[in-house]
Amino acid sequence: MLKKLGGVIFVLMFAFLMAGSAFCAEPIKIGGLFSVSGPAAFLGEPERNTAKMMVDEINKAGGIKGSKIELIVYDTQADPTKAVQLANKLIKDDKVAAIIGPSTTGDSMAIIPIVEKAEIPLISCAAGAKITDPVKKWVFKTAQNDNLAVQRIYEYMNKQKIVKIAIVTVSDGFGASGREQLKLQADKFGIKIISDETYGPQDKDMTAQLTKIRGSEAQAIICWGTNPGPAVVARNVKQLGITLPLFMSHGVSSKKFIELAGEGAEGIILPSGRVIVAGQLPKNDPQKKALLNYVNNYRKHYKVEGDHFGGHAYDAIMLIKGAIERGGALPAAIRDELEKTKSFAGIGGTFSFSAQDHAGLTSDAFVLVQVRNKEWKLVK
Amino acid sequence: MDNSRQLIQYILSGLANGAIYALIGFGFAIIHNSTSIINFAQGEFVMLGGMLTVFFLVFLQAPLLAAISLAIVITTLIGIIFERLAFRPLKNAKPISLVIITIGASILIRGLAMLIWGKDTHALPAFSGDEPIYIAGATIMPQHLWIFAITIVIIILNKSFFSYSIVGKAMRACAYNSQAASLVGIDVKTMVLFSFVISSAIGSLAGIIIAPLTMTAYDVGIMLGLKGFCAVIIGGMSSGLGTVLGGLLLGLLESLGAGYISASYKDAIAFIILLLILFFRPQGLFAAKETERV
Repeated sequence: MLKKLGGVIFVLMFAFLMAGSAFCAEPIKIGGLFSVSGPAAFLGEPERNTAKMMVDEINKAGGIKGSKIELIVYDTQADPTKAVQLANKLIKDDKVAAIIGPSTTGDSMAIIPIVEKAEIPLISCAAGAKITDPVKKWVFKTAQNDNLAVQRIYEYMNKQKIVKIAIVTVSDGFGASGREQLKLQADKFGIKIISDETYGPQDKDMTAQLTKIRGSEAQAIICWGTNPGPAVVARNVKQLGITLPLFMSHGVSSKKFIELAGEGAEGIILPSGRVIVAGQLPKNDPQKKALLNYVNNYRKHYKVEGDHFGGHAYDAIMLIKGAIERGGALPAAIRDELEKTKSFAGIGGTFSFSAQDHAGLTSDAFVLVQVRNKEWKLVK
Repeated sequence: MDNSRQLIQYILSGLANGAIYALIGFGFAIIHNSTSIINFAQGEFVMLGGMLTVFFLVFLQAPLLAAISLAIVITTLIGIIFERLAFRPLKNAKPISLVIITIGASILIRGLAMLIWGKDTHALPAFSGDEPIYIAGATIMPQHLWIFAITIVIIILNKSFFSYSIVGKAMRACAYNSQAASLVGIDVKTMVLFSFVISSAIGSLAGIIIAPLTMTAYDVGIMLGLKGFCAVIIGGMSSGLGTVLGGLLLGLLESLGAGYISASYKDAIAFIILLLILFFRPQGLFAAKETERV
């Protein structure tokens, strides 16, 4: 008798629970994996901040079609093993509908098999081209591909009639990917790499490499890395009295770089997302509205300048929001709608995804900027 | 022509780095000689020197000289607190336990620095300008001259302190035989405290003068500490000329190795040297049979 009663109560409770969830719209769970601490904290921190800010904003405005968003963020510490554990946790325990991040290419590559198997859409915030090349069904990305940045620099070099260059790249995932692209595309632009140097992510003195370059016939130097390495290179270039034009990657397009490199930053040219020169863009730029909105909002919330790393998270959240508005909050629907996104003007560029392209950007996602008087100036 | 210019450049960069390694090495030697342990928190004193200077200079807008003095004073205070809390209560512990305590302390200091100042790298302005000076086609920064000058001053001060002052002589006596020293009325405990004062002050100074060249962050202490350890091992744990030569040799080999072999092996070179010395000449390169300590 008691057993039966227990069964009835259980069934009743279950029914109530189900009913409850039907009455008030359940929040849509979105997972965030960012390297908030560790060597890639400079990526993960603005990304997490931006994602939180955007989700708060969306919820304040009533959510997406009445459903609030719940953002669950974990810190991968730029460690692929942790990224894998946390991705599993997001999918199995938290049961998220989509994941944004991770911040680094290494982390992203590590969790791709997991999201593919679990069939959960992933919007990576890392730059490595291999994340979406070849195209994976459930994986998208918002950070501009390295090859687009390289293309942008080489186009400019062609205009300046620079043909012999030296490259200095960091020996981590970002640097290796940049080095590969620099070498791959050089021929196409008639550029010859006559000196190919690398440095370790923790190195504090690159004078040895640059001394070699100083002795070569290079007409320009391209350095590919993320802070603080390139700042050391910029300082060392100045220390060694090298007057060759110095180019950097989009990996250093934040105010922090100018601060670190000090005097050495003057005159450096690099490809960057539009966010750091938002105010200098022409009025008809399709991204201008989103950019100014983001920059002002970020400054209001966090008292510092928003950078284009945070922009990757902005784009990821807005893309998911758009997809849910059009197709609902089921993982499969989000994926399908993401793939149909056309001309979304975000922070990183104007995205148009298709079944063949999950990166969605072209080389005009980058503008060239130059450091002048400690400020970024748009190179026309 | 170009080759010799490159060589001079490598030598100049190497010597500058080597001078820093030697200064950090001094800190290891001084504490080792009074306590016969290796203080692996030495690198954190170096980090604290640089970070505190940045903190006072950039955040509190103090003038450079005041910021530097404050940074040295505070690092020294931290050195004293460290000795008081982590060493004195455990005077009878085994050396291995004390070494592990220093490792623990270094992790603690690093962690606190990260919490207080964040994970960012910070730049310190050079003491006198950023314009390179040309020497035989190679370049050197005014900051390098500061490093050389300060290192030489420290070496001279160090030498005269240990050779001529009564406290220095007492510390040396403790290094030779602490029991005998206490029998003749030397307060060994105070001498240990002094050794922490001196080595944390020298360590922080090293961190301050290198920061304008290499920048500083909460985690620079690990690598710099290990390089200083390397230097002092080459020098046979002496706080005199041996460690200076050890540091300079290490700096030179690193820089030449980076230039002529591959920059990727720069750190590996230092540690290969460390291993070779520990295998074949554990008493140091320059020592005769009995190491002349202090």
